[in-house]
Amino acid sequence: MEIIIEGIKQALSLLISLDPEVMGITWLSLKVSGTATLISLFIGIGIGTTVALTSFPGRQIVVSLINTGMALPPVVVGLFVTIFLWRNGPFGALEILYTPMAIIIAQAIIATPIVMGITLAAMQQLPRKLRLQILALGATRFQMVRLLIKEAKLSLMAAVMAGFGGVISEVGASIMVGGNIKGYTRVLTTATVMETSKGNFDVAIALGVILLLFAFAINLVLTRVQQRERPR
Amino acid sequence: MLNFKRVLPLIAVLCLLMLSAGIGTANAVPAQPKQKNIILATTTSTQDTGLLDVLIPMFEKKTGYFVKTIAVGSGQAMTMGAKGEADVLLVHSQAAEKKFMADGNGVNRRLVMHNDFIIVGPPADPATIRQSKKAADGFKKIALSSALFVSRGDNSGTHAKEKEIWKAAGIQPEGQKWYQQTGLGMGQTLGVAAEKKGYTLADRGTYLAMKKNLGLDILLSGDAVLLNIYHVIEVNHAKWPKVNAAGAKAFADFMVSKQVQDIVKTFGVEKFGSPLFFPDAGKKVEDLGK
Repeated sequence: MEIIIEGIKQALSLLISLDPEVMGITWLSLKVSGTATLISLFIGIGIGTTVALTSFPGRQIVVSLINTGMALPPVVVGLFVTIFLWRNGPFGALEILYTPMAIIIAQAIIATPIVMGITLAAMQQLPRKLRLQILALGATRFQMVRLLIKEAKLSLMAAVMAGFGGVISEVGASIMVGGNIKGYTRVLTTATVMETSKGNFDVAIALGVILLLFAFAINLVLTRVQQRERPR
Repeated sequence: MLNFKRVLPLIAVLCLLMLSAGIGTANAVPAQPKQKNIILATTTSTQDTGLLDVLIPMFEKKTGYFVKTIAVGSGQAMTMGAKGEADVLLVHSQAAEKKFMADGNGVNRRLVMHNDFIIVGPPADPATIRQSKKAADGFKKIALSSALFVSRGDNSGTHAKEKEIWKAAGIQPEGQKWYQQTGLGMGQTLGVAAEKKGYTLADRGTYLAMKKNLGLDILLSGDAVLLNIYHVIEVNHAKWPKVNAAGAKAFADFMVSKQVQDIVKTFGVEKFGSPLFFPDAGKKVEDLGK
């Protein structure tokens, strides 16, 4: 038990003293996962909205695939990304394995189906007649989509939070494609794994506490944006 | 509804900021040309003991190379080398290393250092292996008394050594109820053994580094078969043209240099009271432990 208290104490002292290594790791985690979430937002909201608003043969299969993608295991994504990025693999010439870029790619792949699935559900939940009404009022197709996205704002913000939460806490893919290289690709989760295997449980707990604190701060901001206008 | 419009530019700016920051780090950190990168595939023990945290920055400062240390089991490290996905290996799995060299995957295999494997277990020692001198005898006693044995089970150098000892003892442990495989690194496996009050084979370095939290005792050590020998191997450039041969050689030379060997000699004394590794550059494997 005292090890947990020790860990929390250590987390605070690391934060207060602005320990350069821990700050570097934290900043990298936020940058990498933030970027990955943004990429997933563009792709996820784009495709999710398209699938929600159109009908085509095989649509149910596509929707099932997207929903299955929400359960993509990070380690499996990590394994595939590693194989593709190997020096002697198909994208070896890019030389991005074991770089932050590789982690961004893997995390974007993990977050995209999450954002897509929630977007899909959110857009489908809007009353069908709303679309007709907007069009009847003379809106262009683009204007209609914009209005619908605004209308689904609450759920879409939830998609952002779910996507970000999924990747900032993910470890399997990050350690595989990033390699947990000190000062370069070491993020909060991979550092936690390493400290645990070193037996430094207090440091591991401290890193976990820091991760949660930052996740909380970010979600607080996102929630403020989300709740700024209460639904009627 | 209009509020959303107001925060939209804010979100967009944030997005751009993060995006640029993310891409910025991806490109900026290795400021040198690409060939400056060296991928070092190594065992978890060299990282978990903290030895590499001391040596790598020194090497980078001295040579300007950027080392990407990938700490995995010796088995996986050698698989990476055999695929040309690593430039240089620091491993401890003799039989597998010899095969690796025989297959033409590596060049210039050099002895770096050794420590030893130890059999650890609960202080009560239910299988009474404390009285044994030979590792194989200890393993036999564990099997006979069906005391819990926790194995790495991950194809690491330690796991390879463990299998070698079981073979010498003439016991087939897999599938036995008292034999459990974790598939984890040394540190975590020690944790499992401590929690379940089981026996396990560990390298002395990781054990000493973790000792404070474990409550496991060294019950058997000193048998010649328990030597844990680390070699540095450069991956064969002729087989894999993308391998950074110059970088690999520089790192291997560095590991056997007098400067590093002197650090290895005293590494850990301050923190654990005894050295974790013994420097061996230039020696012969046959002469170790004498």
